[in-house]
Parts: sequence; C-alpha cells; structure tokens
Amino acid sequence: MLEVEGLSKIYGGLRAVDRASLRVAEGAIAGLIGPNGAGKTTLFAAITGFALPDEGRVRFAGVDITGRAPHRICAQGMVRTFQITQPFAQLSVRENIMVGAYLHTPDRDEAAARAEAVARQVGMAALLDRTAAGLTVAGRKRLELARALATRPKLLLLDEVMAGLNPSEIDEIIPVIRGIRDAGVTVFLIEHVMRAVMSLAENVHVLSYGKIIAEGAPRVLAADPVVIEAYLGHGAAQRLAGAAHA
Amino acid sequence: MSAWRVPVALLAVALAYPLVFRTNFAINFGVLVLFFAVIGQAWNIAGGFAGQLSFGHAVFFGTGAYCSTILHVKLGINPWLGLWASAAAGALVGAFIAALSFRFGLKGSYFALITLAFAEAFRILTNAVEFTGGGLGLLIPLKRSAANFQFPERIGFYYTILALAALSIAIALWLKRSRFGARLAAIRENEDAARALGIDTFREKVKIMALSGALCAAGGTFYAQYFLYIDPVVVFGADKSVEMLLVSMIGGTGTVYGPLIGAFLLTLVGEGTRALTNAQGLSLIIYGGLLIVIIAFLPNGLIDLFKLRWGRRRA
Repeated sequence: MLEVEGLSKIYGGLRAVDRASLRVAEGAIAGLIGPNGAGKTTLFAAITGFALPDEGRVRFAGVDITGRAPHRICAQGMVRTFQITQPFAQLSVRENIMVGAYLHTPDRDEAAARAEAVARQVGMAALLDRTAAGLTVAGRKRLELARALATRPKLLLLDEVMAGLNPSEIDEIIPVIRGIRDAGVTVFLIEHVMRAVMSLAENVHVLSYGKIIAEGAPRVLAADPVVIEAYLGHGAAQRLAGAAHA
Repeated sequence: MSAWRVPVALLAVALAYPLVFRTNFAINFGVLVLFFAVIGQAWNIAGGFAGQLSFGHAVFFGTGAYCSTILHVKLGINPWLGLWASAAAGALVGAFIAALSFRFGLKGSYFALITLAFAEAFRILTNAVEFTGGGLGLLIPLKRSAANFQFPERIGFYYTILALAALSIAIALWLKRSRFGARLAAIRENEDAARALGIDTFREKVKIMALSGALCAAGGTFYAQYFLYIDPVVVFGADKSVEMLLVSMIGGTGTVYGPLIGAFLLTLVGEGTRALTNAQGLSLIIYGGLLIVIIAFLPNGLIDLFKLRWGRRRA
C-alpha cells in the first residue's frame, strides 16, 4: 500500500529524516515509534506532501506520489491527522466533518449524512452540533480522526491521536481504531502510548535521529537492545540486562 | 422552507419601499443603503467567508467604474454591456492579485498590504495616463434614458441596485449552503487542515477573489452611472476600501446579512447628519463613536443583536 524508499528531509545542516525506508501492507495497522525529536512527524509530513522531500521516493498504491501537493494526495486516498489538533474552531463538529466528506460529493445532504455516519463510527454522534472550539482534548482528537475518515481514505496516517488522553479515553479509542481497520482502511500511526502500540500494531518501525533503526512485531522490538538504547541512551540495554540478572 | 422567510420578507420590503416613500431623499437613501450593501458583501465573501482580509478592495471598485466608463465615453459602448465587461475585468484583476499573492504564500496582514498596494498603484496609474482622463477624471455625458443606464427617475436606479443587492445576498446564501462555501470556511479557520482534507486552497482562494472582484466591479459601474463622474481618488482611494470593510464589520463579517445591516447604519449616520445639520465632519465623529461602541460591546457586529433575540425566543 505504502512504500517509502530512502526518504530524506534536510533542514539546513540537520537531516531530520535520513534515508528512511519502510513499507506498510494493505489492511495492516502499522506503527511508527521513536524518541522525541526523532523525526516522526517530519516523516509523515514528507510522505503526505506537507514537506517536500530532498531525497527518495514515496509510492502509494503503486503510484509515485513524491512531492505531490497534500490535497492531491488526499484525493488519491491517503490522509493524515495532526498531532497538534487543527480544528475548524468556529464551525460545528458536523460542519468540520462535512468538509472532509465534501471531497467526494458536492451534495450537501450526502455530505451531512456521511458526517453523521462517521461521527457514530468514532463515538461523537452526541457532539455533532457543538462548536469545535468547545471540545475537550479527547473530543478534538476524535474530530481529527472523524474528518480524516470522512474523506474515505484507503490509508490513514494518525499522528499521536492518543497523546494527552487519560487511560480510560485511550481504552475507548483503541477499539475505534481497530474498527476503522476492520472496515477496510489501512492504518499507519505514530504513537508514544506503548500500551496502544502493543495492542494495535502488528508491525512497527522505529525511528531515531531520522533513521529507521529497527522494524518488527512490537513485542520483539521492546526487547531489542538497539531500540532500548535509542530511548534510554548508550549502554542502557546492557545495564538493564545486568540489573535483571542480579 | 423557513430558511427562505427572511430573504423573501426582506425582498418584499425592499420592492415596496420606493412605492411608499416617494421623495427623492428617501429613494436616494435606499439606493445608497443597497449600494453599500453590494460592495460590503463583495468584501465580505472574500474577507468574511474565506478569511482573506483585503485592505484594498477599491482596486476592484475602481476597475469596474473605469472599465465601463471608458468603454462608454471613449468607444460608445452601452453601459449595460459595460456592466458585464466591468464584472469580467473585476474578476480578472481579482484572480490576478490572488494568484500572485497566494502563489508566494502571502497571508493575513501581508495579503491586506498587497491589496492596498495594488489599489494605490491603480490610483496612481489612472492619475498618470491620458485615456483615463488623468486626475481630472471622467465625466459621463448626460443622456437620460433607461437604455443608457441613466434613468430619468431615481426609482430606476433603485431597482437596478436592488437587483445587484439581491444577487449579492443570493451569493452569500449559496456560500452558506454549498461545498464551495464550506471549503472557504475551512480555509478561513485552518488552512493546513483544509489542505490535509483534500482542498486545493490556492484554487479556492483565487476563485473567491475573482467572484468578489466581479461583484465589487459591478458596484463600481453602478456608482459611475449614478453619479456620472469618477476620478482616481474617489474610486481607487483608500476611503472606498475602508467603507467596504466597515460596512461588513459593523454589520457582522462572515454573515449573510451583516453588510446590509452595516450599510443601513452607515447611510443613516451619513445622510442623517447631512440632513439635520450642516456641520462638516460630524458624521465622521459619529462613525468613530459608533465603531468604538460596536467593537466594545458587539465584536461580531450588529447582527449579534438579532441573534440574541432569536436565541432568547428559542430558549
């Protein structure tokens, strides 16, 4: 579904994303993890056309989409959400979601019906007439999800939809994301909440200093010394192992 | 059905008004209200609905006024045809300025400044060249006949500007209910999110600036035909730009009826002080005072007064 080959994004002397390659299989829930500042959001931006990559290729559903404008990429079926939520603040939840739904229909009633269906899917049907500005953090995260879903994507890129949520809100949103995948949408998510990554993702890529340093099933990665060192510093894996033996 | 009650009632009142109040003063008053409502709405569909704040909408107004007047005076083309040519010219100038600004990512106050710069450049150019009449302006020869867009009776002008005002409100109503309007609102609220959701923000912004420019230019042609005289300062001056955004802001930006309400108040103050006293500049003092009061108590414009009443009735 998604193939990224040798993608780099360079800001001045900094290689924010450094020759990253990865694949996301159709129908999967794939994860992207890594320490703060590793370049996860930049990688998402370079994939979805918000940042022009300096090197490398992005192929989506067999088509080379490197450097295409975000709206064209969205029209092809790949849509992203924002880590820092970007609601249309003065519009109602319904109007927010309708903006996404309008991608495939010029008809107001059809877009409204689609918005209601999506709102039910993500569990915010009761909030449809609220103004987006008045939503809680959890509500805004769901709204990001709902708007993106309304565009009928094939691939959904979620940038930390669980950051800032409390444990019970996380428990509520995990089945929502699984339901989205079960409805036929491939999901690729950046996430810091490891509990969510463990329970959702089948395959995870680890990004550190802009490079993909590991890939595999989340349980395997959690024990991988390379990954542990990326998060906890050089020698941490050894010290942890030593502590376990003692 | 209930959505149509307000516009139909307003239209009925507007149609009957000159038949009830037949004095020249009353009809002139109506013409001015509707005229400001048209150009205020032209500003509002770009500035209010799409959030593209322009400080130089006079560039479209003047383009329209000069386009039809030059065609008429120099080439003998009927001003009714000139009206269409003006609208087309306004749309072109709007699309050009928008394409140029948005191609280079100008937003917010930078966009406002570039529109102001264009209006000033157009004012200076028309002042400088020969075929626009230079600083002396252009006088439209008096030849009263409806076919010549110079009605013998003021009421003809009234119904002409009423048609334009009705069109401008119809456009605003359509924007409130259409995909195009929803996309503009999305762009106004958050452009990055709009792009992520598949909106070609560049194209939509160019489209609304073209539409806004066309409507504003049509207002310019009407102005020229009503007053039969234009010069660079009057039609391209910053005063015109400010009037348009004041009308919209006092009434309520981004709303369908805000410009109409603002136009009514502005005309009331302007014509009222002129009729009651001959104190020069009194109306400006009152404008200033009103503006302060409105910004302090009704930051969303006078339309909030109406919304409050509806809200209370519903509750």
